[in-house]
Amino acid sequence: MSDSAARPLVQMESVNKSFGDLHVLHDIDLSVDRGEVVVVIGPSGSGKSTVCRCINRLEPIDSGRILVDGAPLPEEGKALARHRADVGMVFQSFNLFAHKTILQNVTLGPIKVRRVPRAEAESRGRILLDRVGIADKADRYPAELSGGQQQRAAIARALAMDPKVMLFDEPTSALDPEMIKEVLDVMVELASEGMTMVVVTHEMGFARSAAQRVVFMDGGRIVEVAPPDRFFGQPETERAKDFLSKILAH
Amino acid sequence: MGVVLDNLDRYADAFWVTVQLTALGFLGSLVLGTIVATMRVSPVAPLRAAGLVYVETFRNTPLLVLAVLFVFGLTKVGIRFSLFTTFVIVISIYTGAFVAETLRAGMNTVGRGQVEAARSIGLTFGQSLREVVLPQAFRTVVQPLGNVWIAMTKNTSIAAAVSVVDLTAVAGRLTTDLARPLPLFAGAAIGYLILTLPMGALVGALERRVAIVR
Repeated sequence: MSDSAARPLVQMESVNKSFGDLHVLHDIDLSVDRGEVVVVIGPSGSGKSTVCRCINRLEPIDSGRILVDGAPLPEEGKALARHRADVGMVFQSFNLFAHKTILQNVTLGPIKVRRVPRAEAESRGRILLDRVGIADKADRYPAELSGGQQQRAAIARALAMDPKVMLFDEPTSALDPEMIKEVLDVMVELASEGMTMVVVTHEMGFARSAAQRVVFMDGGRIVEVAPPDRFFGQPETERAKDFLSKILAH
Repeated sequence: MGVVLDNLDRYADAFWVTVQLTALGFLGSLVLGTIVATMRVSPVAPLRAAGLVYVETFRNTPLLVLAVLFVFGLTKVGIRFSLFTTFVIVISIYTGAFVAETLRAGMNTVGRGQVEAARSIGLTFGQSLREVVLPQAFRTVVQPLGNVWIAMTKNTSIAAAVSVVDLTAVAGRLTTDLARPLPLFAGAAIGYLILTLPMGALVGALERRVAIVR
């Protein structure tokens, strides 16, 4: 665990959430320290994506508390927009702005939200695009890029806001196998640079190599939390053993 | 067509009136339609309701009926605009309902994910609309919006019924004097075609130019 920060960067306390009759999150308690990488895994419908989306309030919660950097999530409005600017989000389906070039995708937030002068935002944007390996695509439109390139652009777009924490909601699930690696490489590098990350994923290799903790969810509950070595080596719960036996069978 | 050429100066004046009605109606309905479409997707329920009432009221009432109601209604409540101004207001409000619905259809084609991405980099609701949703919505519905405004151009002829001297009114008045309806109204038709044919071509060119690669 990180010793530099006294309080956790992300804190979820007894969080409950329902979609109509479907109770998707049951009393979720989770804290993420500064600089920590937490991987959330679990079967489909276990609520892992919802946890991720609740942290920047793309989904409002029914009860409990979520604090980011000590401050509770604001209600709708300008304060919420400011909160979201500090929390980077990467989606399964990239969600790049289709009518803007890759560079414009990356600079929109800094220019409109952080009020960074355009020239400065663009030079920073090009550095970020270079960092994720797509500097040559700056003036292309999203549809002209491969899935892996689009996802790396989406990561650059989130990083451009200098977020305190990055949320990844199944970032490689929509990608061809050969493109998964290029995205994971960027994420591993981010992790090694000390970025605080919450990653919902099925990539067990990434969980092993980059995570400090694995959170296993099932049926809207956190079933097991452990460092990756212990979780993959000696899972404690039957449910986790069962899940791992299914996904690691091949 | 001799009767038309004999009265070419009156046709020219009337044509200019029709051009002004079209241009002002375009601007008015664009502004109103954008506002109403935005209201219809707003997170604020009373705004959504007001947008719905606007659309259902003005889309489902004949323009001629609205024009007469406004001409007499505004006077009744003490507002005195010229007939020309009154008609510009009426046709903007009426066409604005169609612009709003067309634009809303375009907004619905912008993926929910892009809106979430916009919100997640810290854009406010208004910024998300301005920067992400509306620019894509407009590009998607160039063709149907073009149809709305071509229809509006022809609808400006209703102005003749409330004594605005546009192309249709001039053809009508000359017919009363000269009893030559066929050439006189054919002259009016040519006037409308001079406006609408280039509009159609412009819409086609614009659509090819702003199309979004998906």
